[in-house]
Amino acid sequence: MSYLRRSSPLHAARASIAAAYCAALILAALLTKQPLILGAIGLATALAAAGAGVGRRVARSLYFSGPMVVLVVVVNALVSRNGLTVLARFGDWGPLGQVDPTLEAVCYGVVIGLELGVIVAVCALASATVDPDEVLRSLRRVSFSSALTATLATRMVPLLAADAQRIGEAQRSRVNGASRGAIMRAITTNALDRALDVAATLEVRGYGAARRPPRVVRPVSRHDVAFGCAGGLIAVLACSVSALHLAAFRFYPTVVGRFGVTQLLVAAGFVVLAVLPFLERRGIER
Amino acid sequence: MSVFELEEVTYRYPEATLAALDRVSLSVGEGELVVLAGLSASGKSTLLGIAAGVVPHFHGGTFSGRAEVCGADLREAGPAQLAEHVGTLFQDPETQVLMASVRAELAFPLENRGHDAVAVARGVEEVALALGIEALLERQTATLSGGELQRVALGAALAGRPRLLCLDEPTSQLDPVAGDELLGLLRRLNEEWGTTILLAEHRLERCLAAADRVIALERGRVVCDASPSAFLDWAHDAAPSLETPGARLLASFGLEPPPAGVKAARATLRAHGLLPPPAEPSFAQPPRRRRRRDASQPALRFERVWHELPAGRAILAGVSFELAPGEVLALLGRNGAGKSTLLRHAAGLLTPTRGKVSNSGHIALLLQNPGSYLIHDDVGDELPRAELVSAGLAQLIGRHPRDLSGGERQRLALAIVGGDEASVLCLDEPTRGMDRQAKAELAALLRERAAGGAAVIVATHDPEFAASFATRAILMADGRVIADAPPAEILSGGWYFATETARILGGHGGALTAEQGVAVIRADEAAGALR
Repeated sequence: MSYLRRSSPLHAARASIAAAYCAALILAALLTKQPLILGAIGLATALAAAGAGVGRRVARSLYFSGPMVVLVVVVNALVSRNGLTVLARFGDWGPLGQVDPTLEAVCYGVVIGLELGVIVAVCALASATVDPDEVLRSLRRVSFSSALTATLATRMVPLLAADAQRIGEAQRSRVNGASRGAIMRAITTNALDRALDVAATLEVRGYGAARRPPRVVRPVSRHDVAFGCAGGLIAVLACSVSALHLAAFRFYPTVVGRFGVTQLLVAAGFVVLAVLPFLERRGIER
Repeated sequence: MSVFELEEVTYRYPEATLAALDRVSLSVGEGELVVLAGLSASGKSTLLGIAAGVVPHFHGGTFSGRAEVCGADLREAGPAQLAEHVGTLFQDPETQVLMASVRAELAFPLENRGHDAVAVARGVEEVALALGIEALLERQTATLSGGELQRVALGAALAGRPRLLCLDEPTSQLDPVAGDELLGLLRRLNEEWGTTILLAEHRLERCLAAADRVIALERGRVVCDASPSAFLDWAHDAAPSLETPGARLLASFGLEPPPAGVKAARATLRAHGLLPPPAEPSFAQPPRRRRRRDASQPALRFERVWHELPAGRAILAGVSFELAPGEVLALLGRNGAGKSTLLRHAAGLLTPTRGKVSNSGHIALLLQNPGSYLIHDDVGDELPRAELVSAGLAQLIGRHPRDLSGGERQRLALAIVGGDEASVLCLDEPTRGMDRQAKAELAALLRERAAGGAAVIVATHDPEFAASFATRAILMADGRVIADAPPAEILSGGWYFATETARILGGHGGALTAEQGVAVIRADEAAGALR
C-alpha cells in the first residue's frame, strides 16, 4: 500500500521474487530466538531497506510499532511465572496474581519484542518494494473474488487516508467544534460512499465480466536471479540452523545459550546473503 | 447508425420522490460529439449512467422504457458487458484510478476483456501514445496530479477502443490549460478515431465549438436537442443561464447566428464591422510591492512566505502580498501552483517554513469539498439555530445535508466556518461542478461579504467566475506570485487564463464579461475606431 517504484535492485526484481525474499527473512526470524542472530536479521533488513531506498519508511513503521514491542516486554515480565532469578517482588496484584518479574521473563520478552520488530520491519520492506499490481494480477489468476476484495481494499487505503486528511482539515476550520462521534460517523459514511464510487469504476472497467488475465512471460533479470538465490539461501540457512540446533537458546528456568564463533558466522551469513544482491546496480531504473 | 438510443425512458433513483429522467427519447448516431447541457440535477449524469449501464444495474431504482447501447438492450446487458463498447469517465479522478501504477491501470480493462499479453502490452502503448502520457507509464498513480490522474483515467476508459465515450464534467477539476488539452484530445478522438462522445459540461463556452449537437435537459426532460448554434438561439430566450458569454455579446447587437466558439464570434463581428483591433500584446509585469494608501491594518499580510517540504520542493517560494478589507482577490494558476497551500497558510492550518503570515480578526476557510464540513444527519445539528437564522439558512433545518443543492451546501459550510463574521474569507475552488446560476449566486454572496468589510480570496480555475466577482487577481506559478494586477489586466491578455469575451475581442479594452464587451464595442463605434 505504500509501494513507490524506486531505482533499486529489489524494486527491479519481479514481485513474486521480491515477496519470496522478504518471506525468507520472516522465516529466518521466526525460526530462531538467538538474540545475536535475530539482531543480525534485523540489521540485514535495515541494510536491505536502505539499499532499496525505503529506509525512512521502514524506520517509520518501526517507530509506530515501538509501543507494541514495549508492551510485549512489560506484559511478559508481569504475567510470566517462569524463571528462577527474581528481580523484584511486587506482591499480590489482584487479577494478575503474584507479580514477581524474573530476569528470564524480561529476557524472553525482549527477544520476542525484537522478533516482532524484525517481522514488522520486513513487512514494511515488502509493502514498500513489492509491486501490488503484480501481486493482484497473480491473485486474479487464482481467485477472482479474493482479488476483487484485495483490489478494493488496496485502492481504498490511500483514498480514505486522503479523505480523512480533508475531513480533519475541515473540522479544524470549524468555529464550533464537532464531537468525535459525529466525525467518526461522517468518516464511516464517507468511506461507504467512496467504496461505492470505486466499485462503480470497477464495473465500468469491465471487472464484473472479467476473464482470467493472461500469463505474462517476462524475461528473467539479473535481479530476479540474485534475489531468488539470496531468498532461497536465507531460507536454507535458517532451516539448517534450526534443524541442527546451531542457535539453540533457552530462557527458562535460566537463560542458556551460546554466543560462539558458529553463531557469529551464522549471523554474518544472514547479513551477507541479504545484502549481496544489492551490490548489482545495473538495470535498476525503469 | 445509432450508438445510443432511448425510447420513453423514465428512471427514479431508490427512495427518490421525483424522476431523474422523465420520458426521455433520443438517439445518438455513430461518430457524433454530443454535449449534454443543463443546470445541476437536470439529469445529465443519470443519462450518462444509462449509457454506461450503471443506471439502473448498479444504482438500482425504477426504470421504464427501452434503452439500447451499441446494439445491446439495457435490460440484458449491465455495465460489465457494456464496458466492451463503452468507455466512461466520471467527475472525480481520485476514485477512477484503481491500480498502483499507470501501466497496470491502462492494462486493467484490457485484461478484463481477456486479451492476450501481447495485445494488452500493445494496447497500453498505443493509448499512452495517443494521449501523450507515455512518460507517465512507470509512475505510481499516488504521485500524479489531478490533471494527470484525469488523463490516466481517460486512458483506461479508452484503452479498449470504445465506440461510445461518456464523460461527466471531465474538466471540472482541471486548470484551464489541462481542460483545454483534454477537450482538444476529445475532438481528435472524435475526428480521427470516429469515437462517439457524450459529454456533460457546465462550462459550455469551452466545448460547444467542438460539438455536433447539444442536448439540454431540465428536470429530467429533454428541452432542446439541436446544433450548438440553434441551441444557443433557444437558450437566449428559454434558458439564459445556459447562454455562453460570446452568444450574449453577439445577441446584444442583434447578430445572428449565435457563435459556438471564439472563431465564429470573431467572424460574425468582423463581418459586421464590429471587431475592434486586437490589443497590443502585453506581458504580465512582475508584481510590485503595493504601497498602501491608508494607514489602516491590512486584513491579511503575507511576508516572504515559504512552504518547503522536507527533502522536497518548495510549494510556496517567498510569497508576499497584502489584502485590504473589502478587497476581493481571485487566485489563479495551474494545478500545483500553490494556491491551496497559500489558503491553508492564510487560515493558519499550516505554518510557514520561512516568512510570516499576519491577519486582523477571524479567517474563515472553505476547502474544496463543502461536504467535508457537514457531519450530522440534520442541518439543525450542524449549527445553533440562532446562527442558522442569521445566515438565512433556517429553512434548511430538518433536512439532511446530503439532500441540499450545491449552493445550499456551500452557504451552510460557509456559516459553519464562521464566514458571516470573518475578516478574511478564503474559498478554495468553490465552483467545482456548479452550474452557472449557482456561480452567479455565489459571486453575489462574495460581493456582499466584501461590501460588509470582509476581504475575500478565492482560488479558482474558472476565469469567467473570477471576472464576475474579483477586484484584483493574482496569478501563481511554481509557488510564486508572477502577476498581481486588476482582473482586466490578467484575464484579458492571456491565452488560457482569459474569459471568452476577452479572447473574442483580443483583450481589447480589458473587457472580460459580455456586458463589458458590449460597452467597449459601443464606445469604439461611437469613436469611429472600428474597422
